[in-house]
Amino acid sequence: MKELIRKFVEAYGPSGYEDRTRAVIQDEIEKYADGVSVDVLGNLIALKKGDGTGKKIMIAGHMDEIGVIVLNVDDNGFLRFSNVGGLHPAVVLGQRVIFENGTVGVIGSERVDDLKDLKLDKLFIDIGSKNRQEAETKVSVGDMAGFQVPMVDLGSRLVSKGMDDRIGCAVMALAMQRMGRTPNDCYFVFTVQEEVGLRGARTSAFAVGPELGIALDVTRTGDTPKSITMAVGLGKGAAIKVKDSSIVCHPKVKNLMAETARKHNIPYQFEVLEAGGTDSGAIHMTKEGVPSGVISIPTRYIHSQCEMVDLGDIEACVNLLVKILEGPVNL
Amino acid sequence: MLLKRLCEAMGISGQEAEVRAVIREELGGKVDEMRCDTMGNVIVRKGPEHGPRVMLAAHMDEVGLMISGITKEGCLRFVKAGGTDDRVILSKVVLVGKSRIPGVIGPRPHHLETDKERETPVKSDKLYIDIGCKSREEAESKVKLGDPVIFDTSFAEFGEGYVKGRALDDRIGCAVLVEILKQDWSIPVWGVFTSQEEVGCRGATIAAYSIQPEMGIALEGTVSADVAGVEDEGLVTQPGNGPAIGIMDAGSIPNRHMLAQVVGLAKQHGVPFQFRRTTSGGNDAGPIQRSHAGAATVTLSVPCKNIHSPVAIANLGDFDNCVRLVGLFLKSVEGGFRA
Repeated sequence: MKELIRKFVEAYGPSGYEDRTRAVIQDEIEKYADGVSVDVLGNLIALKKGDGTGKKIMIAGHMDEIGVIVLNVDDNGFLRFSNVGGLHPAVVLGQRVIFENGTVGVIGSERVDDLKDLKLDKLFIDIGSKNRQEAETKVSVGDMAGFQVPMVDLGSRLVSKGMDDRIGCAVMALAMQRMGRTPNDCYFVFTVQEEVGLRGARTSAFAVGPELGIALDVTRTGDTPKSITMAVGLGKGAAIKVKDSSIVCHPKVKNLMAETARKHNIPYQFEVLEAGGTDSGAIHMTKEGVPSGVISIPTRYIHSQCEMVDLGDIEACVNLLVKILEGPVNL
Repeated sequence: MLLKRLCEAMGISGQEAEVRAVIREELGGKVDEMRCDTMGNVIVRKGPEHGPRVMLAAHMDEVGLMISGITKEGCLRFVKAGGTDDRVILSKVVLVGKSRIPGVIGPRPHHLETDKERETPVKSDKLYIDIGCKSREEAESKVKLGDPVIFDTSFAEFGEGYVKGRALDDRIGCAVLVEILKQDWSIPVWGVFTSQEEVGCRGATIAAYSIQPEMGIALEGTVSADVAGVEDEGLVTQPGNGPAIGIMDAGSIPNRHMLAQVVGLAKQHGVPFQFRRTTSGGNDAGPIQRSHAGAATVTLSVPCKNIHSPVAIANLGDFDNCVRLVGLFLKSVEGGFRA
């Protein structure tokens, strides 16, 4: 399981440039699917067929990660950049980033006397080029980079960039592996461009036209020193979302998740996320509406290169997803 | 000159009738299909009905003002229709309503200002339009609530190949689209002159749903910060350096393969171009990309200085090269496009 997660999280894939991540995931899941396709936006859609008596279910986890995009190359070869997805200046300062072609850069800053003045437009990427000409042989305006950092195995917990949301993709892949016979047609959609506005989920949900939507994504926790108040804790089980800024989860879907967890003794906790959204926000508003919910993977330090998850939680999320998909769904 | 007629037409969001009339007159008899939908989009097809569908969108609406009240003294209160900086509204001559009644947005009398007032810009909700009326009754006989207000700016060519005018965002995109639709194409080219882009890309949303394109190009007049005091990394675009190709904005990320194709064509054919070096703003490419099961999109823009102000500046060479680049792309996808 750890090796699968490592492959997923270490792959390159800022929003709109998920090709490499898609290749890694496709390679892993193709053998468990009855059919795989890629749509025009780049969503990877894998179908696991049911016996024809159940529902059409869309399961979504996003392949894209946060990153940076080059806006300008100056005469001395420094790159100015903007954010792709939510990025705090203090989190990126001093970090390494990697472009799709393997070029690595470090993030430096103009002189800033007060940390409050530390904004992204004060920062730049240094790729070790002496001038514009040299820099432009490696990088162009419009190129995107992600964090360059390997996953760390802390035993029962893992730390990496890109847990948001490759860990959701990993839960989906593991569920595909472990699933037995099911009455339901299960469309596993590995979506693009979630971090910039749930875009891949919107178009793929239109194409799939599901009767039930389940997103797999990370959620933050309230269990670190002097954290925000939030009932979710690392290691306390799968988080069943009640609401976030993009969706109020359908009560029947939420209850289905909780009842399934209780029935199979899967540890779970309820989640109310005050800020943030995920793919179910787009899925539930598609066509005439789709009852939708979210299984969240509790994660500390989201949108940094040190996103931390717990293996017990991951196991719980996989089990919960498998049991929901294997059973008859009556909403 | 078509661009002059387009720029001088009045058309705040939702009230684009004058712009529509110019376009319909210009394209009448020269296209294979032309219709107007319920939101006021002008939808035009050039080329056959079947084949890879490309939707080109340029928005007809402009940012301006709208009458929101009449005081007992006969002055007009207004709200902003679309994003305009409060500081550029002050001390301007405007035209009110379809009959273009001249009006003046007065400043505070300088002599009566306190020191603090002199340092703070006046908020637009504290301003009013004076149309030379003495009473509410008199003003009401000329103006009604909801009437559009535009800045009184005349279009002109100046310098070496430059133009100045109101509403270059996005009448210059409309002009690019008209030129494209006058040419013949062997694939279905759907040109949409959209309504209500400035208030949330609303026209393009329903037009894209109805056309269901495989590819989309938003044609824009875009921001340029090529003015004194801005350093290289903040210029965004520069008029005269060619059409600007979008890399990402708040509304969409271009399809990477379509983007590569456009950049490749420009390089191959020696069409000057620049990247739009910011990620702020948004345009009709967003709703086109996300209609139905999705479409591949890019944004091509003509750089405009002083955008969203009473008078913007653009370069005619950029305009010509934008038409050329769109044409090269359309030719290149005659056999279809594989994203």
